[in-house]
Amino acid sequence: MTKEIEKAGITIVQMANLVTIAHSVGANRVVPTVAIPYPLGDPNLSEEEQYQLRKHRVGIALKALATNIEEPTIFEV
Amino acid sequence: MKRAIHYLNQFFGQIGGEEKADHEPEIREGVVGPGILLNNLLAPEVEVTHTVICGDNFFGSHKEEAIERILNDLKDKPFDLFIAGPAFMAGRYGVACGAICEAVQEQFGVPAVTSMHEENPGKELYYKSIYIFPGGNSAVAMRKDMAAIASFAKKLATGQPLGPAREEGYIPRGIRHEAFIDPPRLGADRAVEMLLKKLKGEPYQTEMPMPKGDRPAIAPAVKVEEAKLAIVTSGGIVPKGNPDRIQSASATKWGKYDISNLDRLNAGEWETIHAGFDPTFANQNPNVIVPLDALRAYERENKIGQLHPYYYCTVGTGTTQAEASRMGREIAQELLEAQVSAAILVST
Repeated sequence: MTKEIEKAGITIVQMANLVTIAHSVGANRVVPTVAIPYPLGDPNLSEEEQYQLRKHRVGIALKALATNIEEPTIFEV
Repeated sequence: MKRAIHYLNQFFGQIGGEEKADHEPEIREGVVGPGILLNNLLAPEVEVTHTVICGDNFFGSHKEEAIERILNDLKDKPFDLFIAGPAFMAGRYGVACGAICEAVQEQFGVPAVTSMHEENPGKELYYKSIYIFPGGNSAVAMRKDMAAIASFAKKLATGQPLGPAREEGYIPRGIRHEAFIDPPRLGADRAVEMLLKKLKGEPYQTEMPMPKGDRPAIAPAVKVEEAKLAIVTSGGIVPKGNPDRIQSASATKWGKYDISNLDRLNAGEWETIHAGFDPTFANQNPNVIVPLDALRAYERENKIGQLHPYYYCTVGTGTTQAEASRMGREIAQELLEAQVSAAILVST
């Protein structure tokens, strides 16, 4: 899906847990998530801490969208 | 002694240049032009007994007739190998070499080998069905390219065991064979060894290379603070009750859901129907998959131009690549119509 949306000319970032797979199947901008059942949360943390974590990772995704890249890139969080 | 038949175009078949490109297919006894080199390289195990010559334009514009006539000419000739080219960067010649190799192999059950530059259009068309060696871009590479064909062809003709494409040198056809390592080593040992190499940053060779998909051109950076941004997910977050009945696995449907009046997705109103993971956490807080709360915060801080009023969702477990591509295209179309310029896709 990521590929098709990017082919349409829409800049897209994929937030994925399996970053190497997302990367190898053709996502050009990838931001790692926490885990498959809770990509942007963590049950070990309080609600507020989870929100901060989510905001941080989404912030990296926004940065990825705003970054010109030469090659497929995994953005470190 | 094994027998090989060689295919050439009008130029290498010494009929003439471009003005003879309409030359109709013919078969001759013995070798012609580069066939002399081929024959020398194959000796003494294999002999080139005949040469087929056909003009590139004739083959290109009467492909079916050319193939039929050539197959007919070959019918009464016993042979063990079919070799075409090398075709280098010559596009029509490369396509002809690929097509005739494929047809001969299918009709007579003999292996067919050719060589061409990796960017020759014939490569993309035929590398899956025949042996194509990557070649140079002009006849300057004749000696080298013919040697690669000949040493492999010799192996084929004499029934020597063949290694994988990477070892033999031809362009991988995307076929996986069961293979035994000699001396035998357990898969577990090999996997751990590979892992250790990977951890140490040493080079290692995967035993299961993944096919390279078509990678879209990298879209340029966007000014997020001016962009209309959409959320897409394969994590199965839907309004409680799953009104569009999106499948929990092997999905063929996607949904779009209005979030224009929402600041976050509340538990109890939204849920995940994804069958590929434990839904407990996402049901307690659907924002862990559709991070609406965080995106609204960025929107309020003017770091996002505008959040698109809908998010798009399907389930990404067991979903075929073809279905995923189709759904991706359909969603992309909607996004384009809504003038969305940036998207975040959360996958699970």
